[in-house]
Amino acid sequence: MSTQRVSVTDAAADVIELLKKENGELVFNQSGGCCDGTAPMCYPKSDFYVPSRNIKLGVICGVEFFIDKDQFEYFKHSHITIDVKEEKGAFGNSFSLEIDLGYQFLTKSRIFTDEEYTNLVELT
Amino acid sequence: MAYTKPQYKEQFENFIGGEWVAPLSGEYFDNISPVDGEVLTRIPRSNEADVDAAVAAGMKAFETFKYSSVIERSTMLNNIADAIEAKLEDIAVAETLDNGKTVRETLAADVPLVVDHFRYFASVIRGESGDVSDLDTNTISQEVHEPLGVVAQIIPWNFPLLMAAWKIAPALAAGNAVVMKPASATPMSILIMMEAIQEVLPKGLVNIINGAGGKIGKHLSTHPDIKKVGFTGETTTGQLIMQYATENIIPSTLELGGKSPNIFMESIMDKDDEFFDKAIEGLVLFAFNSGEVCTCPSRALIQESIYEPFMKRCLERIEAISQENPLDPANKMGAQCSSTQKEKILEYIKIGKEEGAECLIGGEAYENEKYPNGFYIKPTIFKGHNKMRIFQEEIFGPVLAVTTFKTEEEALEIANDTIYGLGSGIWSRDAHQLHKFSRGIEAGRVWVNCYHLYPSHASFGGYKKSGIGRETHMMMLNSYRHTKNILTSYSKDALGFF
Repeated sequence: MSTQRVSVTDAAADVIELLKKENGELVFNQSGGCCDGTAPMCYPKSDFYVPSRNIKLGVICGVEFFIDKDQFEYFKHSHITIDVKEEKGAFGNSFSLEIDLGYQFLTKSRIFTDEEYTNLVELT
Repeated sequence: MAYTKPQYKEQFENFIGGEWVAPLSGEYFDNISPVDGEVLTRIPRSNEADVDAAVAAGMKAFETFKYSSVIERSTMLNNIADAIEAKLEDIAVAETLDNGKTVRETLAADVPLVVDHFRYFASVIRGESGDVSDLDTNTISQEVHEPLGVVAQIIPWNFPLLMAAWKIAPALAAGNAVVMKPASATPMSILIMMEAIQEVLPKGLVNIINGAGGKIGKHLSTHPDIKKVGFTGETTTGQLIMQYATENIIPSTLELGGKSPNIFMESIMDKDDEFFDKAIEGLVLFAFNSGEVCTCPSRALIQESIYEPFMKRCLERIEAISQENPLDPANKMGAQCSSTQKEKILEYIKIGKEEGAECLIGGEAYENEKYPNGFYIKPTIFKGHNKMRIFQEEIFGPVLAVTTFKTEEEALEIANDTIYGLGSGIWSRDAHQLHKFSRGIEAGRVWVNCYHLYPSHASFGGYKKSGIGRETHMMMLNSYRHTKNILTSYSKDALGFF
């Protein structure tokens, strides 16, 4: 039981640390829908009431990462890596914190191998 | 004949209180054109104090505007429409350069629809009246409408001007003042539109504040003088805005996207006629606006018996899509809105391939020889099944997921197997089928034998996780005003309790 569902690139980890310094504790929630919908949203932990039925996919850099329970149904076969892109010129219209610093977090996915899939960490 | 790229001024400002105001931080960010990847202009990076100034300007304007007559408001909205129409081409070209969509669409759809939206609300407020009930011989109940005050509107980058018009026109028609935050990816075209209308707009009635959404979005949504928040965007920020709205107990309306089914029944191929031609275009409309539409018909459900010949004809039509120069009215598809968006779409194309979907066309970036640094993707079709991620997540790009069905029941089940419910389409020559599907699909809009029409006089909005509230149509006025009940007794007699 050792395969994680979510991981983070070094570049994204650096941005998360910057955001922690500015905003204190954070929370991630994978978004869906229009515009910036396929991206993870990062908010101050005290601002976002995580819907009580959301699923915790994991923890990155000490920050909990959640996803809507219905969305999880089609994410459950994917390992996701949180990456970041420098985007000085054009960010979206979300309230995610990193865009204030000229970045945008991205969700990169790959399908679990059969071996990984049988060794997934249990959801808590 | 292609348009040439105009030289825009080096820097825009915020539009607050009818004036062009520099951001208090003194900071600006580059606005990149997706067409060529070059810097178009610089845009203010606003902070909380700029938001306060914009809300204060809105409050001041509202003090007078709340007493404006219906005739004054209607005349003003018509003047706005005329001013935009007079500069239609300039504004359309600016929209193309800001967003990347092809000018063929901005000239024929985006900007004309903006103009019509202001005219529609100018006219309906002249035609509507309140409600009076005779409760008994001596008691009269009047339902009257009053504006909310200053409203916050946060708009997306896929239709920067049209989404602005969808929100501004009803808000003003109902008597409110507006503080709007455009998407940071597409801030310029709306500022050019404001330049066109500033002479016919009372000062402070519409205020435009630019910058990233993280901090000013919160500050705006929780501002005690903001009486409503309207948002179009993704689901998680939509939830956050609803949570913020609880702070001041104000309403919020949300339009949050979709994964719209477009259903093709076998009768469309009974004849090879104009209607069949229309149905082919109906499928290819997934490429409209480079696929960056919340109602993009991004799932095509095709009856198995016609799949092969129908798809053959559709692929021929898609192969004819040109995308070299968005500034050429003959060009059929433009760029994606940002380099990030292009990367996200390519990521989904990768997921589709990994999931085992069959790529029928496209499936990669488009290398544009004219604009090698622009953000282009080839129109792409995957064939697969509805449980795949590319069938369930809104890719917001020119990527169509296709599957087949055998029976009506199966088609309806697949159509509704999504967390969203915004748009949908049903194509058939069978009237019974059209009725069954238009009532059976769980979505706020069902296009019947058509797609991607957005008339002002038809309501628009979502079921399920596609959002709350409606846009367009005169019913929208009620989401921008209070209802006050005036209950009058003409009786001289006491109730008799005390």
